[in-house]
Amino acid sequence: MKQFSIPAVLAVTLFILMGMSLGEGINLYWQDVIMFMGINIILSASLNLVNGYMGEFSCGHAGFMAVGAYVSSLSSVALFTRSSLFGAPILSAGWAVPLFPLCLLAGMAAAAISGLLVAIPSFKTRGDYLAIITIAASFIIKSSIENIKPIGGARGFMGMGQVSAAMSETADLPWMMFWIFLGTVFTIWILRRFVSSTYGKGILAISQDEIAAEIMSVNTNKMKIVAFMLSSGLAGLAGGLYAHKLGYVNPGSFTILKSTECLVMVYLGGMGSLSGAVLSAVVYTLMLEILRFVIPWINDLLHWAQLIPAEYQVTQIWKWVLIPLLLVLLMQFRPEGIMGRHELDDYFPWIKKFYRFK
Amino acid sequence: MFDGIIQNIFNALQWGSFYSLIALGYCLVYGVLLLINFAHGDVFMVGAYLAFFLATFFLGAGSLPHWLILVLIVPLTMILTSLVGVTLERVAYRPLRRKGANKLYVVITALMCGLILEHTNLAILGAGRRSFPTLVDQATINLAGLSVTHLKIAVIIVAILVFILLELVISKTKIGMAMRAISYDRFAIPLMGIPPENIIVFTFVLGSGLAGLAGLLFAMSYPVLDPYMGAMIGWKAFIAAVVGGIGEIRGALVGGFLLGFVEIMAVAFFPSTFRDLIAFTILLLILWKKPTGLFGVSRYQKI
Repeated sequence: MKQFSIPAVLAVTLFILMGMSLGEGINLYWQDVIMFMGINIILSASLNLVNGYMGEFSCGHAGFMAVGAYVSSLSSVALFTRSSLFGAPILSAGWAVPLFPLCLLAGMAAAAISGLLVAIPSFKTRGDYLAIITIAASFIIKSSIENIKPIGGARGFMGMGQVSAAMSETADLPWMMFWIFLGTVFTIWILRRFVSSTYGKGILAISQDEIAAEIMSVNTNKMKIVAFMLSSGLAGLAGGLYAHKLGYVNPGSFTILKSTECLVMVYLGGMGSLSGAVLSAVVYTLMLEILRFVIPWINDLLHWAQLIPAEYQVTQIWKWVLIPLLLVLLMQFRPEGIMGRHELDDYFPWIKKFYRFK
Repeated sequence: MFDGIIQNIFNALQWGSFYSLIALGYCLVYGVLLLINFAHGDVFMVGAYLAFFLATFFLGAGSLPHWLILVLIVPLTMILTSLVGVTLERVAYRPLRRKGANKLYVVITALMCGLILEHTNLAILGAGRRSFPTLVDQATINLAGLSVTHLKIAVIIVAILVFILLELVISKTKIGMAMRAISYDRFAIPLMGIPPENIIVFTFVLGSGLAGLAGLLFAMSYPVLDPYMGAMIGWKAFIAAVVGGIGEIRGALVGGFLLGFVEIMAVAFFPSTFRDLIAFTILLLILWKKPTGLFGVSRYQKI
């Protein structure tokens, strides 16, 4: 029983999500929130591999996300839709559903290769110097995309909405919800497999002591390449899903602010905790959405109490003051994040009885 | 053609001065705490806004001559900005340091403090851009047929003077010696009877004061202020500091001027959208070749 519990729960969840989205059980707004939650889970879990498990400080995650977003969008638009850039579709719309994962895979592969931009300098560089290389790499990626005129440059690239439409021709299902769910599960599964394997434990060894790890026959350079490529590849997956979810991409979405969001989710959840990364992505996404409702209340309250001048409105910008403030407070009172370095079953050992998850 | 080159060199020196002044702040804090103070770019932005409010206040206060206003707002901006920097240190970084939290958490806190400064500014003052009042008339000096504004030359001279002063403070005074010592061995410092917290506060005062000065000079040279102006310049100055070898103030100066030159030359020969691409690629190449920066010394790990 134990080995079937997680697949069963996931299958039921997917079934319920798809059914509810199809039957308007959850409205479009909450569907969006759930999809962004999935994308954020992929981002935070993948960055957690480098920043948490390996103990490096990579702050250019958005750059890899951009590579994945652009490559997968370009390939899917070229294959399934009529566009001004590629002309007529190469394949009929019926192929959209089976071949869409391949487009995502292409994005992942491209993002993983761009991860080499960071992985190779990391052989000699550590810590703050590596942090700067990741920032520079993400600036370089963003700036190069802005300078490639055929794919829209700084204005961005559109047409992924038609890809979703092509998929709906096969069967009228909420396909993006389906793919994001699969992508999220795939990410967590592959990361869990990786870090709990003997091979992947090399990464933990590097974070503890690189020299000792090397003496204990961990091929540190190879581990670093694997970690960076896996992490950036999964970021590319998140980017591809994000692009197809929104229907358009522009380089402005992949700024340092996006990287900061990823960092926030990693440290909110706790370095080196996969369940922490998932939990923090969920909490963070919900926090953003809840503040959207709370801020007007605060506005009304402050006006009612006459604490602020009548003509001043508390706008949604305050969200970006409150969230960092909450994080600063979190860092003061629980600097290790929600989960610390532990997984969920370290806190609740009884849940181990119900599942086996490798 | 020749005029253009000289003009570009002056522009590069001016931008290099801004980058250097900010990079020096990064560098001082890094040298003492081994902490990347990511809020520094936004402290620079706060400095520019403070200078703006002080200038408009004094201009509105009465018929003070412009040179007197300038003399007043330079120290005032520096003092107020350093207060902001010290407040950040007291409120956000010090409690974490006391708890012995992982350095990365302090870095994240710094990043968040930067966001708070940016967006509080945006939320309170609105997204509208503000233009800085003219205090120095845009007179130009004619040097053998080419014209350079007073301000440009003043900015360059200020940056170099600040650097010399800082070098003197660090190498000749007692407090400078304490600053060097703290980055060398932070555990031996209290044993030698030096209060480390005072040294750290002094470092933040210096660094933020320089950011305030840079903000003032920047606002005078490019008189349009917006809340996000600090972010990009801050990141670039930080990269400049790293390329120079973070923790070495010579490195910050050289890195800043290098970045200024690379950017201006990139714009001179390529379309201006290529500026960041070329600048960052060159910096990345330098870091590939010399991972610890131009002046940085690699610290060997003992086994």
